[in-house]
Amino acid sequence: MSATLPETLAGIVPAAPNLLFPFVLQLADTSLILAHRLSEWCGHGPVLEQDLALANIALDLLGEARSYYQYAAELEGQGRTEDDLAYLRSAVEYRNPLLVEQPNGDFAHTVVRQFLFDNFHYHLLQALKESADAQLAAIAEKSLKEAAYHLKWSSEWVIRLGDGTAESRQRLDKAIAALWRFAGELTTPTTTETCLQRLGLVPDYAALLPAMEAHVAHVLGEATVPVPEAVFAQQGGKMGRHSEHLGYLLAELQYMQRSYPGLTW
Amino acid sequence: METLEQVLTPEEQFQAHIDADIRIEPKDWMPDAYRKTLIRQISQHAHSELVGMLPEGNWITRAPSLKRKAILLAKVQDEAGHGLYLYSAAETLGTSRDQMLADLHSGKAKYSSIFNYPTLSWADMGCVGWLVDGAAILNQVPLCRTSYGPYARAMVRVCKEESFHQRQGFEIMQTLCEGAPAQKEMAQEALNRWWWPTLMMFGPKDADSPNTEQSMKWRIKRFTNDELRQKFVDMMVPQAEFLGLTVPDEKVKWNEARQAYDFGEVDWNEFWAVVKGNGLCNHERLQARVQAHEEGAWVREAALAHAAKRKERAAVTA
Repeated sequence: MSATLPETLAGIVPAAPNLLFPFVLQLADTSLILAHRLSEWCGHGPVLEQDLALANIALDLLGEARSYYQYAAELEGQGRTEDDLAYLRSAVEYRNPLLVEQPNGDFAHTVVRQFLFDNFHYHLLQALKESADAQLAAIAEKSLKEAAYHLKWSSEWVIRLGDGTAESRQRLDKAIAALWRFAGELTTPTTTETCLQRLGLVPDYAALLPAMEAHVAHVLGEATVPVPEAVFAQQGGKMGRHSEHLGYLLAELQYMQRSYPGLTW
Repeated sequence: METLEQVLTPEEQFQAHIDADIRIEPKDWMPDAYRKTLIRQISQHAHSELVGMLPEGNWITRAPSLKRKAILLAKVQDEAGHGLYLYSAAETLGTSRDQMLADLHSGKAKYSSIFNYPTLSWADMGCVGWLVDGAAILNQVPLCRTSYGPYARAMVRVCKEESFHQRQGFEIMQTLCEGAPAQKEMAQEALNRWWWPTLMMFGPKDADSPNTEQSMKWRIKRFTNDELRQKFVDMMVPQAEFLGLTVPDEKVKWNEARQAYDFGEVDWNEFWAVVKGNGLCNHERLQARVQAHEEGAWVREAALAHAAKRKERAAVTA
């Protein structure tokens, strides 16, 4: 695919590497915030094996986030490090979608949040590994195996909870009702994403939707849960307009770097 | 010629195996007291891994860099893994994880008292790795040769990971000590709080440890509490000096004649108070475990119910 801007956008948007920076940062923020949320489970899981699984997924996402931050720092070329980007930006500068900053809630909420994210993440990476940007393609390739495992894990839990006991079903229904409204933002491109899609650096999200919807239908079918009707999709996280939850999360995440500026740990 | 089996009682044969350093395996005959002691010790060890996740888990969300966050999370995850191996090893003796957890939650089973101390600063992650894991390694390395096979094999895996944990703890301390004055102060303050509690990790004085003799005879234990405590002090005092930190014990002094460090007396009142449940975090730690277990009940039930449904459907279609 051509890496030049279409005529209609030339002169209006910055050149590709500058466009890529906010997008890579968005991917980094997304993986970091979800890793952070999952790590809050550590030591408190419903059973030891799932404590391990949650920590595992958190570690994978944290590793992926670090790859993106390091690449973003390189793209920016201002001498900032992965830690500067993660620890020294405020909530309005964070670019993660709203879904991943939502609190853990009960295990059903965590599972549904994970399922919605994994379904997007897995299909995104699969397409992103074909990106015209070699570095992005390499990170996607490396993360894809992990994302496949995450999707398997969360899909299996949606099925267990849906087709488990009356209580687990009720909790799953509640989680779906609470979180489904955050799924739409994942596949709604921002202006930056639209530009990068036209440059062939980022996959067309509309093209991912059929496979994503098919997977949701399959998993919910197995779980004996009806596919929810279309809901109003909450937007804003990817443009820095977050829910109230992110501020508290960052206060904790950034506590040391903010309290002791400029030190090495 | 009569065989050993004809001449010796089962008890004597068992001890002969132990004395010859032959591993005891799950199906072998063993005295009830040996079985009970091992279940107590292994489950206590497994519970310590489980509860031990909490004080370090307390800093995962506040780790000061992405690299530290990843290392700490991986370390706490390792502890969950150790818990799994150890619960499995204990199950070979005829107990179940559910039973062991019930004993933990009711307060009948103990876990290492060290986890009843709070983690108050980032330097505590250094001290827990460097001192607490350091003490654990001294306790655990001999267990790789313990007489009960499944326990010994679990400990080989545990010890490999623990030595990595200790190195990362030391590295946190080293980075702090080479850093800004505020960081060095943080390191010293943490050492002041953790030094004595880690000395307590080796248990009461030999004179007050009634089970030691029998455990040594069974080769469940290979060194006494006081021997291990001395080893620990001899190992750690030079490391603290290397870091430029001061161990909070004025009596620490090299004894040329003994070729070992002299050191002060542990506050045994504090030791027994924490063992009896009066440490600052005893209540919170146990409560956190009970809460995770209770809040996880519906998840475990759902998994079982779903598995049963699948099995039933498979039987119908078969």
